[in-house]
Amino acid sequence: MLPFYPAFLAGMMLVVLADDAFTFLFGWEFMSLASFALVVSHHGVAENVRAGLVYLMMAAFGTLALMLAFGLLAAGGEGVSLQALSFSAMRAHGPTPLAAAVVLGLALLGAGSKAGLVPLHVWLPLAHPAAPSHVSALMSGVMTKVAVYGFIRIVFDLAGPPAWWWGVPVLLVAGPTAVAGVLYALMQTDVKRVLACSTIENIGIIFVGLGLALAFEANGAPAVAALALTAALFHVVNHALFKSLLFFGAGAVLVATGEKRMGMLGGLIHAMPQTALAMLVGAAAISALPPLNGFVSEWLTFQAILLSPDLPVWGLKMLIPAVGALLALAAALAAACFVRLYGIVFLGRPRSAAASQAREADGFTRTAMASLAVLCLAAGILPGPVIDALQGAVAPLVGVRMTGQGHLAWLSIIPVAEGRSSYNGFLVFVFIALSASLAALAVHAFGSRAVRRAPAWDCGFPGDDPLAQYSAESFAQPLRRVFGRSLFAARETVTMPPPGDMAPARLSVSERDPAWAFLFAPLGRAVSALSGRANAIAHLNIRNYLALVFGALVLLLVVLALWA
Amino acid sequence: MGLTGGLLIQSAQMALVLALAPLLTGVVRKAKARLQRRQGASVLQPYRDLARLFRKEAVLAENASPLFRAAPYVIFAATWVAAALVPTFATGLVFSWTADLIVITALLASARFFLALAGMDVGTSFGGIGSSREMMISSLAEPAMLMLVFTLALVARSTQLSTVAQVMLTSGVGLRVSLALALVALVMVAVAENGRIPIDNPSTHLELTMVHEAMVLEYSGPHLAMIELAGQLKLVLYLSLIGCVFVPWGLAPAGASVLALAAGVLAWAAKMAVGALLLALFETSIAKMRVFRVPDFLGAALMLGLLGTLLLFVSRSL
Repeated sequence: MLPFYPAFLAGMMLVVLADDAFTFLFGWEFMSLASFALVVSHHGVAENVRAGLVYLMMAAFGTLALMLAFGLLAAGGEGVSLQALSFSAMRAHGPTPLAAAVVLGLALLGAGSKAGLVPLHVWLPLAHPAAPSHVSALMSGVMTKVAVYGFIRIVFDLAGPPAWWWGVPVLLVAGPTAVAGVLYALMQTDVKRVLACSTIENIGIIFVGLGLALAFEANGAPAVAALALTAALFHVVNHALFKSLLFFGAGAVLVATGEKRMGMLGGLIHAMPQTALAMLVGAAAISALPPLNGFVSEWLTFQAILLSPDLPVWGLKMLIPAVGALLALAAALAAACFVRLYGIVFLGRPRSAAASQAREADGFTRTAMASLAVLCLAAGILPGPVIDALQGAVAPLVGVRMTGQGHLAWLSIIPVAEGRSSYNGFLVFVFIALSASLAALAVHAFGSRAVRRAPAWDCGFPGDDPLAQYSAESFAQPLRRVFGRSLFAARETVTMPPPGDMAPARLSVSERDPAWAFLFAPLGRAVSALSGRANAIAHLNIRNYLALVFGALVLLLVVLALWA
Repeated sequence: MGLTGGLLIQSAQMALVLALAPLLTGVVRKAKARLQRRQGASVLQPYRDLARLFRKEAVLAENASPLFRAAPYVIFAATWVAAALVPTFATGLVFSWTADLIVITALLASARFFLALAGMDVGTSFGGIGSSREMMISSLAEPAMLMLVFTLALVARSTQLSTVAQVMLTSGVGLRVSLALALVALVMVAVAENGRIPIDNPSTHLELTMVHEAMVLEYSGPHLAMIELAGQLKLVLYLSLIGCVFVPWGLAPAGASVLALAAGVLAWAAKMAVGALLLALFETSIAKMRVFRVPDFLGAALMLGLLGTLLLFVSRSL
């Protein structure tokens, strides 16, 4: 796997450096294939091979969609040359409105399948856990962002000025993606799979920002579009930071215990305190808690949503608040998801011998995690400079830039106007730190300082088995009941032995992914049925083949004759 | 009244909410007791309870981690900062621009995040049950809260709480259907967030019905006192929030005279007292609901909030 890692990096670099469609698609495919090789690097496990296969299919589909999109964009220029494939030539003549609409759909399919938009997300929860942890960190933290870049490049830059409705399909896909992603994450019991599913949620949040930017730009509010696009790009940066941190942490846990099943972990905060601290920062950041960075981008997105009454189109006016509700739901569920992940893995008592014998991660891993955690905090308490730095990308895309935020007094950010909304992550951080220290000082000065260790109280029933703690499955049970029944057809069946029988009762939980059940499974059946039919052609004798060739020739001639 | 005046008001507000939070809880308890034909403890009992807890030693479970010891301070600090940013008696808070209503909601979410983690730290079944249910409740209460923040922000064209209160106070907003929906939703969210009946029972002694109490089961001494105080602050916060948005009369505007400020304090005290009595009345007249009825209750709040927002979008454009 060693040579593929730099190849993967090079592929991603090439995509963002490309200035013409050929280089872009070459880099894109290079990135896909190198990451495929990395996903199947432990190809002894059948599950990983299946993950790799699903990933390869989805990647091929995505590239096909992008290739068609670039074809439409390049058409209309003069002749077929490398020159016509350059981005500047595409920009110069611009597609017709119909072609641009098709390009939008294709970009949503192509980039969306790589980014993990529902329902094209199915490869993500399979491939990210199969890959080694540092590769998962790159795939989740960076490669999905390259897909976001691809979408922005095609839709915001190459496809010309957006029509009023362009934001609608993006928002319709993005809002449900955010909620479905975090619900998937809540149902998973494998640490890396939880993180992979939460990537789907964050991609949804980013695309909500992009959809808002399209809607506002097309309807004559470029300043708000700049705000929404900044929010989306800020979340891109944030997600790259905290998701890499969380995957590194999952990797450290995997190395220390050999386990990524949450049901076998627990209590790691005692054995791995530094990893636990870094992961706590990551978990709080991804749950959009102030004063960390995840909150700032969600706050900016909400500010853009609150400006939607100014839009002239009715459909958007009704759609955007509904998307806002979905976004709020996703943020709240993300907090539940990461309380669950952190609480089960790092807190409580160890659920297996492997977890109780864990050792702290090595110095390199800890340094990597600590630096990412510091960056999460820094981007959260100093959002102004980050916003200003993003304007270099925002200004060329929507034509205006947000007013400078870096120099504002007291490091606050004021996205629209003073008196309307402002946020100061730095002061919030200082206030929390001050009042917490004040409280600690007061307790130490006036209260009792005595501390005694004793067995856990647990309402008078201490000392039960560690397996009697709340588990990943039981923690998610209320949410599974509330949200999972209709969406995932989650069922709980209890098998009770008859009275007098000493056999244990069993509780089994089943759920299914509607994307598999209603989209991919029928698709797979249709493909295999068709290929079964087509297979018959491979076993004909020479006379039949000659007849086929003759028939094809006649058909072609007839078509040609009619065409003229 | 320059920066110093603003700073004074801000510090006065921080001290006031902290000092009066236990009293409010005491008043609610007393009113409930009287409604149930009991004598009830004195309204000062919460102060005595806190003082007693502060003087006791903290008993930590053997495998409690540093997070368990740090969490009470984080929870208290986040709640106190949030409570300090809600205008109680005056709108001229010097730091009101630090955080808007969305940030206040998110600060309470931070406090809850740490409380839920602390509940899982010792690794007992009761802690887990509390955390799991709390996150289920919050996953519906928080979006509902944000939806009604949207409604308020659309009316006032600002998410800044001081501005919202000012707009409600001065410009003729009048009676609006969406504001009425938002008020109902806010009351429902406040009931859920404070763990009051019918969502949770703050004085329950039956383990299986506990949510908040189950999470803090392992806490004792000063740690428990910090968490209790944070809970009392949260009640003050929500009542002040309802007060400053829906009954903003009496709020001293920015740069008001000392007399106006004193009137503001009195008006606030009156609002708090009325709120406490109404809460006690509500809690006495309703039964606690099963845990899996809670999503219906909060789902209704979420829908009311969304409906309020949508109605505003419609009425704005007509």
